[in-house]
Amino acid sequence: MNKQRRNVLKTCSGAALMSLLAAAGIIAPGIALAEWNKAAFDAKSMADTLKALGAGTPADSKDVQVTGPDIAENGAVVPVGVSSTLPNVTMVAILIEKNPNALAASFTLPEGTEANVQTRVKMGQTSNVYALVKSDGKFFMATKEIKVTLGGCGG
Amino acid sequence: MATNPMKIRATNKDGVTEVKVLVSHEMETGQRKDASGAIVPAWFITELTAKHNDRLVLAGELGTAVSKNPYLAFRFKGGAKGDKISVSWKDNKGESRTDEAAIA
Amino acid sequence: MIQALMRMLFGSIVAGACIGSVAAQDSKVADELAKYREALADGNPADLLEVKGEALWAEKRGPRNASLEQCDLGLGPGKLEGAYAQLPRYFADTRKVMDVESRLVYCMVTLQGFKQDEVTRQWFSKPGKESDIEALVTFIGAKSNGKPINVPAAHPEEQRMAKIGEYIFYRRSGPQDFSCAICHGQDGKRIRLQELGNLTTREGAGTAMKTWPSYRVSQGAVWTMQRRLIDCMRQARWPEPDYLADSIIALETFLQKTATGTVMETPGIKR
Repeated sequence: MNKQRRNVLKTCSGAALMSLLAAAGIIAPGIALAEWNKAAFDAKSMADTLKALGAGTPADSKDVQVTGPDIAENGAVVPVGVSSTLPNVTMVAILIEKNPNALAASFTLPEGTEANVQTRVKMGQTSNVYALVKSDGKFFMATKEIKVTLGGCGG
Repeated sequence: MATNPMKIRATNKDGVTEVKVLVSHEMETGQRKDASGAIVPAWFITELTAKHNDRLVLAGELGTAVSKNPYLAFRFKGGAKGDKISVSWKDNKGESRTDEAAIA
Repeated sequence: MIQALMRMLFGSIVAGACIGSVAAQDSKVADELAKYREALADGNPADLLEVKGEALWAEKRGPRNASLEQCDLGLGPGKLEGAYAQLPRYFADTRKVMDVESRLVYCMVTLQGFKQDEVTRQWFSKPGKESDIEALVTFIGAKSNGKPINVPAAHPEEQRMAKIGEYIFYRRSGPQDFSCAICHGQDGKRIRLQELGNLTTREGAGTAMKTWPSYRVSQGAVWTMQRRLIDCMRQARWPEPDYLADSIIALETFLQKTATGTVMETPGIKR
């Protein structure tokens, strides 16, 4: 899927159709043509999400890391990221097991972009957070538990 | 509804450009209820892309679990001082925005 | 008797052991929380609001189609550098001690011709409803970043407000018989995981005052000092004062006076 997507991106970048659509305000400039993966974002369980991402049963890898603190002071903003030392990483994703929908975000990495993406996510409760990585066409995964605490009243 | 500008910082060090983006967006989950008990409809950025000059360097798909005012940091090989970094997003209501910054 | 003594001794040993392990766990928790806060500090969404506030400050708006660039926040018309760090202060033109928010609203009314109830209706943001005041205060606050807080309260009116603020700080009130001082009058207190500052010392008040306005990640919004203090009163189960109430300005004067000398680090980012 990702290879296909990258091909689409390559063939379409700078294509007249794209700029026409962009000029008409139909699509934002620079937005990839691939459809937002609704099935993956709507999936509830980890297994269904992985299936929708075409990831099957990824192997655990020590070369993949979930970055982030062990404890978050507030579940509304939890700094997490994915990093990996695996070769040819074309996609990374962040999944939160106990959220209503496991998939938080996925990123397609064109050649030259490092397998190191950081963001901030919402977590409804303490949960395992998974980093999913596609390297040389195969999927790998790592996990880390992040505790979400209930804060006091102040700030 | 008018969109607010993003804050994009891009710095090059030893041939690698680090990009940090802050986006102004509600990222409403669609699971929250308002004061009257009605569900507040989901409103969130679905896609976000970043380009170095005209070359795509990141294509992200986001869900409602990304925090309000999304933050994103990533790194790519190449880039030089003064080069253009542009970031675009699109949300589920069809709103979109593009902002630019120069690599420092 | 002996049993009671044994129970007492045994009880204290157990309690002692618990405190020990809690302390060890505490330091690890504190380390991880520090990591969490550090990760948030780079990329504070308040920066987005600061940019918005800067544009609002210069934009010609209101019935008079005027900008706020002639607004005097205490250091002269349009002088913003360090102004926030020296508020609240006495203003001769209104003969009142005003904080940054009451002065800003005064400028929006006198310079731009807005009606006060109009501009203060959205004094804080709600999801999907932005607040101009929040953005403007974030911008004004940021212009004092790195500047020391300086509210000596030398003017008799400022002195009076600081006194009233001090009185409110220690006054027990409401259904829970709470005062600000119960939570914020001693060192080493905390509520759940949050450490509570001792606002009666320069260091404690400084730590509290220097980081506002601050982005609250739990609220997804920047909170101004007015919002912070009004919400403190709500949490203490007191009746909530009106926005820009003198009681809040008095408390601010007391706290800024106590914090005087502390260097501002704003906009902050907090839980």
